[in-house]
Amino acid sequence: MKTLIILFIVLLLGVVLVQLGRVSELAAKIRGEEEVETQSNNRTALMCMVFLVAFLVFCVVSAYMYKNVMLGYGPHSAASEHGDSLDSLFNITLFFTGIVFVITHIYLFWFSYKYREDKSRVAYFFPHNTTLEVVWTVIPFFVLTFLVVRGLQVWNSVMPDVDPEEDYIEIEATGYQFAWDIRYPGADGKLGTKEYTRIGGINNLGQVWEDPKNIDDFQPAEIWLPKGKKVRVRITAKDVLHNFYLPHFRVKMDAVPGLPTYFIFTPKTTTEEYRQKLKEYPEWNTPYDIEDPEGPTRWEEFNYELACAELCGKGHYSMKRIVKIVEPDEYEEWLANQNSYFMQNIRGTEEDPYKGQILPIEIADRKKDFISSFETALDSKDDAEKILNLEYVFFETGSSVLKDISKYELDNVVTVLNEYKDVAIEIGGHTDSQGDDASNLSLSKKRAASVLDYLTSNGVSAERLQSVGYGETSPVETNDTAEGREKNRRTELKIKS
Amino acid sequence: MANVIFTDQEDIVLEKTGYDDHFHDHHHGDKYQSNFIMHYIFSMDHKIIARQFLFTGIFWAIIGAAMSIIFRLQLGFPEESLGWLKPVLGKWIVMNEGVGTLAPEFYYALVTMHGTILVFFVLTAGLSGTFSNLLIPFQLGARDMASPFLNMLSYWFFFMAGVIMFYSLFLSTGPFSGGWTGYPPLSALPQASTGSQGGMTLWLISLTLFVVSVLLGGINYITTVLNLRTKGMSMWRMPLTIWAFFVTAILGLLSFPVLASGFFMLMFDRGLGTSFFLSEIYINGQALEMVGGSPILYQHLFWFLGHPEVYIIILPAMGLVSEVMAVHARKPIFGYKAMVYSILAIGFLSFIVWAHHMFMSGVNPFISNFFVVFTLIIAVPSAVKVFNWITTLYGGNLRLNTPMLFCIGFVSMFISGGLTGIFLGNSAIDIQMHDTYFVVAHFHIVMGIAAFFGMFAGIYHWFPRMFGRFMNESLGKLHFWGTMIGAYAIFWPMHYIGMAGVPRRYYSFETFDAFKHFGELNQFITVAAIIVFALQLLFVVNFIYSIFRGKKMTTRNPWGANTLEWTTPINPGHGNWPGKLPVVHRWAYDYGKDGEEFITQTTPLKEGEVAGDAH
Repeated sequence: MKTLIILFIVLLLGVVLVQLGRVSELAAKIRGEEEVETQSNNRTALMCMVFLVAFLVFCVVSAYMYKNVMLGYGPHSAASEHGDSLDSLFNITLFFTGIVFVITHIYLFWFSYKYREDKSRVAYFFPHNTTLEVVWTVIPFFVLTFLVVRGLQVWNSVMPDVDPEEDYIEIEATGYQFAWDIRYPGADGKLGTKEYTRIGGINNLGQVWEDPKNIDDFQPAEIWLPKGKKVRVRITAKDVLHNFYLPHFRVKMDAVPGLPTYFIFTPKTTTEEYRQKLKEYPEWNTPYDIEDPEGPTRWEEFNYELACAELCGKGHYSMKRIVKIVEPDEYEEWLANQNSYFMQNIRGTEEDPYKGQILPIEIADRKKDFISSFETALDSKDDAEKILNLEYVFFETGSSVLKDISKYELDNVVTVLNEYKDVAIEIGGHTDSQGDDASNLSLSKKRAASVLDYLTSNGVSAERLQSVGYGETSPVETNDTAEGREKNRRTELKIKS
Repeated sequence: MANVIFTDQEDIVLEKTGYDDHFHDHHHGDKYQSNFIMHYIFSMDHKIIARQFLFTGIFWAIIGAAMSIIFRLQLGFPEESLGWLKPVLGKWIVMNEGVGTLAPEFYYALVTMHGTILVFFVLTAGLSGTFSNLLIPFQLGARDMASPFLNMLSYWFFFMAGVIMFYSLFLSTGPFSGGWTGYPPLSALPQASTGSQGGMTLWLISLTLFVVSVLLGGINYITTVLNLRTKGMSMWRMPLTIWAFFVTAILGLLSFPVLASGFFMLMFDRGLGTSFFLSEIYINGQALEMVGGSPILYQHLFWFLGHPEVYIIILPAMGLVSEVMAVHARKPIFGYKAMVYSILAIGFLSFIVWAHHMFMSGVNPFISNFFVVFTLIIAVPSAVKVFNWITTLYGGNLRLNTPMLFCIGFVSMFISGGLTGIFLGNSAIDIQMHDTYFVVAHFHIVMGIAAFFGMFAGIYHWFPRMFGRFMNESLGKLHFWGTMIGAYAIFWPMHYIGMAGVPRRYYSFETFDAFKHFGELNQFITVAAIIVFALQLLFVVNFIYSIFRGKKMTTRNPWGANTLEWTTPINPGHGNWPGKLPVVHRWAYDYGKDGEEFITQTTPLKEGEVAGDAH
């Protein structure tokens, strides 16, 4: 009903306007068309001047009102090192075009007013003037040359790829309908290779796991970057075009399936510093959530954002990721807490090409773990806590011959014993309850001895070592299940003094 | 027919001074005039075809603008219910607890169709099609186009393109929704978006037919301009309208085939399993076989048309404005030759700047250097044109009627929109501005509003020529001032939104803290858009009303113009001039010369008179 009424009113208004138009035509006929024309002409000329003034005032006032969202003004300044050069180029262009805009508009509407029709005179026959034409061809030419040169200087300083010798972080952003996946290179600093045919299931990016560079790559939910360090973003897409757009950093580049692109920038303002800057502006001191006026203010909740700027389908407007710029030490801390995507999601599954092998990253992890648990045991007062299970020491079945992969763990033992020269230990061999007791006991003794042999042959003095075979006498789990028995077959290290 | 007695003074003069091409010696009245279908539908008369283009253009303009109102409502008032549109849009309005929301798929379909329709059907066909057809034969003193038959086909190919596009609006999967540029892979893969299914197929077929239409029209315009100028009408005596249409037609002829080739490759990629534009794609849980193609290749092909296309739109508007402004300023256009050379320079440069649409699309940044240089050079001939228009007003005797106001408005829009082009053409600034609302503001002002203003100037000015009546001045002025103020109200604030970094083609801004704080500004823009839309409907009412009830044209040359179209009878028949063709003795811009208000092109030079075009 409301719609009908509105439609009716609009229709009525239209009819009224048409009738008014018609009446004005009839009235003109009665009053003499020429006189009406002159009047209307003068009125319109005046209107031109009114428009000119109102328009210029509108431009200035609105620009003043919105100065805080403009590039390089107020809080809307660039958070990257190259950003300022872009913003200043923008403002130089604004300066020149602003002058042209105001002058041409003044002339355009002032002439319209000044030279309105006067039946008593004939227009000035002025078909051309070479001097004028040369002047206004040459002036724009020089201004534009200046802008081109400045522009290309900036462009060519922002866009070139990194020198491989340089110190930079490379991360990767992959756009797909409708989100971004972010990949960091991990400890080796190198992103692993990808193959689009491998995408699917848990392998969301199609990483080639045979490539060792992939093992430590990780995929965080937020982009964290240290202040002041050059970043090369490798930009890729899985399905359609996307665009990697960081408005605060003046970064924008299409993500193209089949054609990796890049953008290089150096963040210069941390999220916290940017927040402090925003704090100065009243509009940023309003509540972040209008529903919750007591809650945090806008500046407190501020975050840099990653968006998509190339139409990619119905969810184009929702491809957001938070970007955090932090101080370098905070970044290192964050980095240390990230977990490799491979180790968390792929290791041990069907896709894992290294199943049954031990990876360098695991060796390093185990070493770290072993050293720390050894040190904990060393400091402990409780005897039970002075025993460490050598989890990764394995023997050939039914024999005392050490498997090759056990050596990593034993090397860790050598390392700590070299570190703590006055510590003496006992190596304890344990078996499960399968088979007869005597042979189990003898096997455990031999196994403990062969560990001891390994340690002595690696330079640990035999006086600090003692090997004991416990057979099946002290299980840690039930011997009724395979898992329990597996746990019971073990080699232990006991700190004696 | 040759021995008809002329009663009209003008015809008698023409009979004495004119040039006999023996047109009326042959009896071909029947073929063109006797039958309703041949006269009004499959007409081969340029005047009828011009009107067909105009009516179809107006139809599409209303559809395209109405679409923009719907998506502006979504952007300005995302919380308000659009349930009242359900009877029209059906399932694309999703009802949730009595609140109707526009489906994002359909939002993108509307945006895409708005662009496609306005760029191709309204501002290419509706503008260039209307006025090239109307004015080329009239202003050159030709009986008709070089090939009236191809001219007829040109309209009907356009019509078919329109029918197919219109049909695609009603598909259950919706019309194409991947942006008017139709970038693959989004447009190539039906699984990427519902609009890329049947809607995209019809989009491609429709636009291919449209390309045929443009080519048939273009070849005709070029041939007519080169071969059918009347006696005395040298190239340097042609009105600037004709120069503009001529260069426009050349641009179209050279660039549209490239678009067509891109479309064919896209069709092959969609249907035949080729991979021109596709490589290494994983979509909907499936890795596609296609490798080795490049989506960027399509962008090159598209923008090789796409950039000349914006000049195909704006050059005719410039031509119309130059002519209408000179007539109503009662002054020669300032720097006629400079204007012609600028048109030629712009036309040439328009072919070597296309990659400025692709600075951020992954092309080698080194290449962009060249495109920056060429792009910014275009500003020089454009600036020359602006200065020349302003100087045309200087010392004039301006009739500030509706056509003249639209000329002034055009210049204002062209300045405002052209200047922002200097920002965007500089690749370094484009890093931030690319695909933001700044771009939306720029191209809407410079090639949307400005081109419309040129078109309106043309319609108000040549309305008597087309329909023998005038449009209503009061409504015309209301239309002008409302549109002028309203258009700036819509697009000026978009500069600010764009400078804040808000990207275009966003269905909603709520996800991003950086983009969501412009609610009031977006509301303001939407309200302004609705008002401007209503004013355009008022124009349509004025247009239709004036065809039947407008003030009658009582003299042949109501504006006191110099060009030849005003030497024909008030209702010109087939062949335009009932007798001999007019002979041209001077250029089109002898206004105010030697104390005479105007001297028509058919007036011979007086003894000792220096020709006005001798510069």
